[in-house]
Amino acid sequence: MGTVRRHIFIDAPADKVWELVGDPSRLDDWFPITGCEVARDDGSTDLPPNQRWITLASGLRFEERIVTLDHDLRRFQYSIINNPIVKSHLGTVDVIADGDNRCLVMYSTDLEPEVMALVIAGAAGEGLRRLWDLFNNERSADTASTAENIGTTSSRMGDH
Amino acid sequence: MGRKILFITTDQQRFDALGCNGGLVARTPNIDRLAADGINYRRAHPQSVVCMPSRSTMVTGQHVATHGVWMNGVPLPTDAPSVATTLKDAGYSTALIGKAHFEPFLDPFLRFTENRLAATGTFQELHDGRLHRGFDHMESASHGATGSFHYAQWILHNHPEAAAMYYRVLDMELQVSAAGGGETFAPQAHDNPIPREWYHTDWVVDRAIAWLDTLSPDADWFCWVSFPDPHHPWDPPSSERHRVDWRDLDLPDAYRVDAASREAVLDGKPRHWRMWYDGQFVSNYEAPARWVPSTLTPDQIREVNALTHIENELIDEGVGRLLGHIERRGWGEDTDIVYSTDHGELQGDYGLLFKGPYHVDSLMRVPLIWKPAPSAGIAPAVIDAPVGHVSLASTFSHIAGLAQPEYTQASRLPVSESEVRTLGHERVLTEWDSVLFGKIVRLRTICRDGWIATACLPGTVHDGTEGELYDLANDPLQEFNLWNEPTHAALRSDLLADMWDSLPVSVAHRPVDAPV
Repeated sequence: MGTVRRHIFIDAPADKVWELVGDPSRLDDWFPITGCEVARDDGSTDLPPNQRWITLASGLRFEERIVTLDHDLRRFQYSIINNPIVKSHLGTVDVIADGDNRCLVMYSTDLEPEVMALVIAGAAGEGLRRLWDLFNNERSADTASTAENIGTTSSRMGDH
Repeated sequence: MGRKILFITTDQQRFDALGCNGGLVARTPNIDRLAADGINYRRAHPQSVVCMPSRSTMVTGQHVATHGVWMNGVPLPTDAPSVATTLKDAGYSTALIGKAHFEPFLDPFLRFTENRLAATGTFQELHDGRLHRGFDHMESASHGATGSFHYAQWILHNHPEAAAMYYRVLDMELQVSAAGGGETFAPQAHDNPIPREWYHTDWVVDRAIAWLDTLSPDADWFCWVSFPDPHHPWDPPSSERHRVDWRDLDLPDAYRVDAASREAVLDGKPRHWRMWYDGQFVSNYEAPARWVPSTLTPDQIREVNALTHIENELIDEGVGRLLGHIERRGWGEDTDIVYSTDHGELQGDYGLLFKGPYHVDSLMRVPLIWKPAPSAGIAPAVIDAPVGHVSLASTFSHIAGLAQPEYTQASRLPVSESEVRTLGHERVLTEWDSVLFGKIVRLRTICRDGWIATACLPGTVHDGTEGELYDLANDPLQEFNLWNEPTHAALRSDLLADMWDSLPVSVAHRPVDAPV
């Protein structure tokens, strides 16, 4: 099992960032994918509840099951399913308040096969940078923090 | 009209692969002629022994510590300096045809230009109005017919039946495959029924010629022709297997047939050597995670070597075809040709294959030949001083009549022994950093005065006290590690002090964005 984690601090209220991150249908607003389709409450899609399809620029499509969408915790969890390569997967995005006007966004993935976790981590890193751009561009240009300060961790369970 | 530059690289080719460097099997008359008519550097080292960091040094003229591509999977920033940009700004037409690999391959999100170009069927991308890495034309290939490369697209559209003929490099878990093939079941050996004219070596030559044919006769140009071979998988067209019968080959000098003797050599080296041999520690993605080197048989080594020699012959014939075309275009007198590779291959030495954190000649000593344009009037020479790829960008700029770019960190290659000192070529440095799911290996190496010293920095298996010290004159196979010999302690200290004085301060490690 490969486990990776990326994080970034954003100078915006956690609730505001969560409005975007906590909406499964808006993943393509900040994550480097080209398409995102989720089940709608009004039944306007054929997808069953708690299911999402995402499309990558290469044309690959992934079917995902939404595991957790907790607006109180500000936690989103999903799992890639029905994929011939992915044996198990859990992706977690947390938005954690750090005061009234700053938050930490953390994206972690546990994935088997482990190599694929590295691929997801790279995309997650870019997604977090895009989030930073989206919210920090709304602020004055003299903001002190920088998207280059993205944090990263990876390990394989059982290696320690 | 200035001098044109043909830069030819291979991937994972040993110094001794070529006839001009003592190779006795593969026939490489075209490259040998370049060496005879030009300058053959007999102690050239890459600044990393894996692809992305090494290639990033070639294009930036910087050490790994500075360009920051510290391992495969870390992209070279889009705004990193590029000698192709420098040449483009000087009026050159610029192309890179074949394997680029400044950016990760394995990225289905297509976040990187190299992959995007092939996916969109385009050949250049602009960033803030500037060509990506300074190339007018980037046309990519890799080690097979899958992935987001122009060659894979070409196969898909013209010969789709050939896509599955190649060895499948990744297994179902996306690990570098350990599956064996050929006649000995050697890892990554494979019978490839693809017709030779569809094979990527010939395709790279075809595409380079096609690009050259777009240029006017008086154009100045820089063409980087980058062959994916002889990097594994070892799957040249089966029609060419008759060239070398593996049964006829001698085993490498650095392969001791007796297992106890072979393992004693490994035990004299830092512990990551023996741990990999025994299958206990695979530090880097480039080596198959599920292959145990101690299972490697002498016949498997022979077959891998035979297939490599065949691939090298095909490269040489491709080089001959390119040179013939340049002559026919009337550019022969004014074209400089530089030939090298990104790093070597263990190819059976010490009972090992592939590559990794092993700073010995198998991986570090690479072919490097510069045949200056005849019009430059530079005499042929053999240079034994240590030089590195870090000098390539300065050399290309020099050929173009430009000053050494400020972003580069080494002077141009010397063309005579007398220039060795004046240009400061006393030492060459190589770095290794890898972090793979918590496994950390970090090496720093200096080669100077006929010695190689490698410090193993603290990591997962090293505590910072281990290292390697080899006397190249008396131990050309680097079998006897003198690191802990009291009689060599002062020399070791002197070499390491020089190494730390000479290495630039490392930029902060950027995240790994993909496995490779």
